[in-house]
Amino acid sequence: MKTTTRATLLTATLLASAGIAHAEGELQIYNWGNYTSPELIEKFEKEYDIDVTVTDYDSNTTALTKIEAGGHGFDIVVPSANYVPIFVEKGLLMEARPDEMENFKNVAPEWVDVPWDPGRHYTVPWQWGTTGVSVNTSVYDGDVNTSAIFLDPPEELVGKVNVVPEMNDVMALAIMYAGGEPCTEDRELLRKVRDTLVEAKPKWMSMDYGMTDKMSANDVAASVNWNGSSFRIRLNNPDVVYGYPKEGYPVWMDSVAILSDAQNVENAKLFMNFIMEPENAAMISAFARYANGITGSQEFLPDDMKDAPEVNVPEEFREAGTFLPTCPSDAQKLYTAIWTDLQK
Amino acid sequence: MARPSLRTRSPEEQAARSARIRASWLLSTPALILLTFAAFGPLLIVLAYSFVAPGEYSGVVWELSGQGWFEVLFTRDIFDDTVSLAQAHLSIFWRSASLSLLTTLITLIFGFPTAYFIATRPERQRPLWLFLITIPFWTNLLIRTFAIMEVIRNEGIVNTVLLNLGIIDQPLQMLYTYGSVLLGMAYVYLPLMVLPIYASMERFDFRLVEAGYDLYASRLDILRLIVLPIVKPGIVAGSILVFVPSLGAYVTPRVLGGGNNMMLGNLIELQFGQGRNWPLGAALSITLLIIVACALVFYVRAANREDPHG
Amino acid sequence: MADRTFEVRRLPGMAAIAITCFVILYAPIVTLVVYSFNAGSSVALWEGLSLRWYAVAWDNVAVQEAAIRSLVVAASAAAIATVLATLAALGTTRTGPFPGRMTIYTLINQPLMVPEIVTAVALLIFFAMIKVATGYTGLAYLIAAHAAFCVPFAYLPIRARLEGMDLSLERAAADLYATPFATFRHITLPLMAPGIVAGAMLAFVISLDDVVITEFVKSAGQDTLPTYMLGQLRRAISPEVNAISTALLALTVLLLTAFFFLNRKRN
Repeated sequence: MKTTTRATLLTATLLASAGIAHAEGELQIYNWGNYTSPELIEKFEKEYDIDVTVTDYDSNTTALTKIEAGGHGFDIVVPSANYVPIFVEKGLLMEARPDEMENFKNVAPEWVDVPWDPGRHYTVPWQWGTTGVSVNTSVYDGDVNTSAIFLDPPEELVGKVNVVPEMNDVMALAIMYAGGEPCTEDRELLRKVRDTLVEAKPKWMSMDYGMTDKMSANDVAASVNWNGSSFRIRLNNPDVVYGYPKEGYPVWMDSVAILSDAQNVENAKLFMNFIMEPENAAMISAFARYANGITGSQEFLPDDMKDAPEVNVPEEFREAGTFLPTCPSDAQKLYTAIWTDLQK
Repeated sequence: MARPSLRTRSPEEQAARSARIRASWLLSTPALILLTFAAFGPLLIVLAYSFVAPGEYSGVVWELSGQGWFEVLFTRDIFDDTVSLAQAHLSIFWRSASLSLLTTLITLIFGFPTAYFIATRPERQRPLWLFLITIPFWTNLLIRTFAIMEVIRNEGIVNTVLLNLGIIDQPLQMLYTYGSVLLGMAYVYLPLMVLPIYASMERFDFRLVEAGYDLYASRLDILRLIVLPIVKPGIVAGSILVFVPSLGAYVTPRVLGGGNNMMLGNLIELQFGQGRNWPLGAALSITLLIIVACALVFYVRAANREDPHG
Repeated sequence: MADRTFEVRRLPGMAAIAITCFVILYAPIVTLVVYSFNAGSSVALWEGLSLRWYAVAWDNVAVQEAAIRSLVVAASAAAIATVLATLAALGTTRTGPFPGRMTIYTLINQPLMVPEIVTAVALLIFFAMIKVATGYTGLAYLIAAHAAFCVPFAYLPIRARLEGMDLSLERAAADLYATPFATFRHITLPLMAPGIVAGAMLAFVISLDDVVITEFVKSAGQDTLPTYMLGQLRRAISPEVNAISTALLALTVLLLTAFFFLNRKRN
């Protein structure tokens, strides 16, 4: 009897010490590079005693290809809005029902019934932003709220414009500039789009990423750019403003989803609920400098972000923003052909 | 199928020869096993992909299709559906090939003297110089390319120095030019040229050079008649190591060239990525593989021509 | 060996070009080191001296682990590739031509011939099947993939060294009834050493550089320094990568210096 008690005690002590040495569980997050706030992860690890590992990817297609192949070991992925339906259709995401979670009440109403995940059965908002143009006003002080900045550059900007080599964004901007809808297969319109692009290209300086640095350092005077990047540039270089093309511009959102073959489902659900807490969502935004879609996170944001025109879309430009749908492959094929032609 | 022997051999010779051949295969087997497992074996998947249809959003659907191969060379105009030669693909291929050729030439022009310099250092110093060549490459390719950009930017070191010296009064636009791409490519691939040349030159007996001078040979003669024949295997190896991988390179051209023009690597990557056309990507890669393999065999044969067995 | 310098003087252009080469090679590295001490958060805009990014990198376990993982993978892959390449080079140079030699040669060099993305996709599909079947998702896949594409980089310099290497010493050893292994160990190996060193170094730096194949083959929690950077390419590269690279360079230089001093003492 006595020995049994002692054995039980010993086992309990061992178990307890093991619990101290090792976290309760783990969580494998697969996210875009330089996108996950380390403070957020640290806070989550402390609060739930879970060991979190973040692994980076560089594009939606890489993430999709890897997850589809299997054997990856990830629990959570953060695809863009136009990739969520693809993930869902291929059965790669778990119906985690975040809409039934405790903190779901914090999700801003406009982000609940979204086209890529009606009612939010799969995903919760991570960050959202827009694709527009950044312009250095010391070089060009005309109207910046137009795609003409790169599709028909004004005299001052000829040879100083950059276009990010992001096919879907650039094609969408050009299509909307020509008066069409994203994912259109209208040949007449696409011919116009191609001609506009081909005509504009000689006036571009480059098709490159990394504008946060290059525009801060005045290497480039204007560029197709993401709002968060433009915001960072302005902090370094006050002359740079962000334009919302009135002809239409893409709005995007990256959302957190749990993979259908996740190993640590419960921990992943904890994480989902955790990031819908306004204070935590603000940490995400403070790090990567994009808005998060959680009501009440505003007051926890860094001061410089609270009324930044890059992050908070001004009322008059709201209308022109469009969510990029998932284009059918026929449309995608047309765009690839135009894109290849443009860079041949 | 045995190759007919040029000379008749005695049975002993024949046996010894086949034993040597068996040993050759045996020695190469470990490398071939690894490569079967982690290089050309999995590539069979890509070969299979080139003959099927693209999937709706990524990957492929397993139904036979010649579309991938058709699109390598031909293009159906998206506006009037006429079929014509894929001009875009041809010009991208040509751009990559000429860039690789120039890169190889430049690395040879700079790499050969550098290898010569290292090989002529006192024996104890040589490893130090070799390390000096490779240390910059301990940082990774992206960092290095960004660092090159830093040097040639409008407000970079070169322009700042030249401006301060009064040599120029306007910053030179070096970034995003063809010259900067060439510089970057040569930079990235230099050690691939230097190390093989060094390896073959290191055994070079410099007393031969001295003997040459004693016979009143000119510098050029010495280089051409004494040094070059001995280091030729190194130059052949170096040229392959530079030329072939640079055909598929795209990080450096994109970052330093501003990405205005596609390289073969970009074109193929586009098909596997946003283009969602894996069969075309696969067919393009297999085409590249076949061209390069043929060129390689031809090149090595030609380089060994003096060798009667080659 | 004192007469060597005398000969170099006879081909004066060589040294000049070589020195130019070294200057060009180190100019960007110096910039990289300088910018690692930048106070600002940009890699292009100088805002004053600070150790900020070293502090950031010091606190960032992920970037440190990525750097260490890069080194582990590169060292293992280079070691494996060099051994296999040495064997293959011995197999394909000492016997004279035989049927199939060109095939072996082409197969060994195959990893050079397709852009990385193609090998990456093929390996992803193939390894994913193994991962699912065996449940093992460790670092071995990365090491195997790296070792494979490093083989030609190690093979070609070693082969170049072996080609036309003087066989008389080996024959002499054989005539003196040395065992094949003893001949190899005491004659062949030392003779081919510079080729092996060159090949191993190339394999090592090539593995350190790889980004696309790693990006596709890595499992959860297996970022290397290049894939860690690749993920940042679209947004902004954080200078902490400069800091960690500089730290790595400093470590390398330190180790090398120590190594050479020890060597000198021993000699």
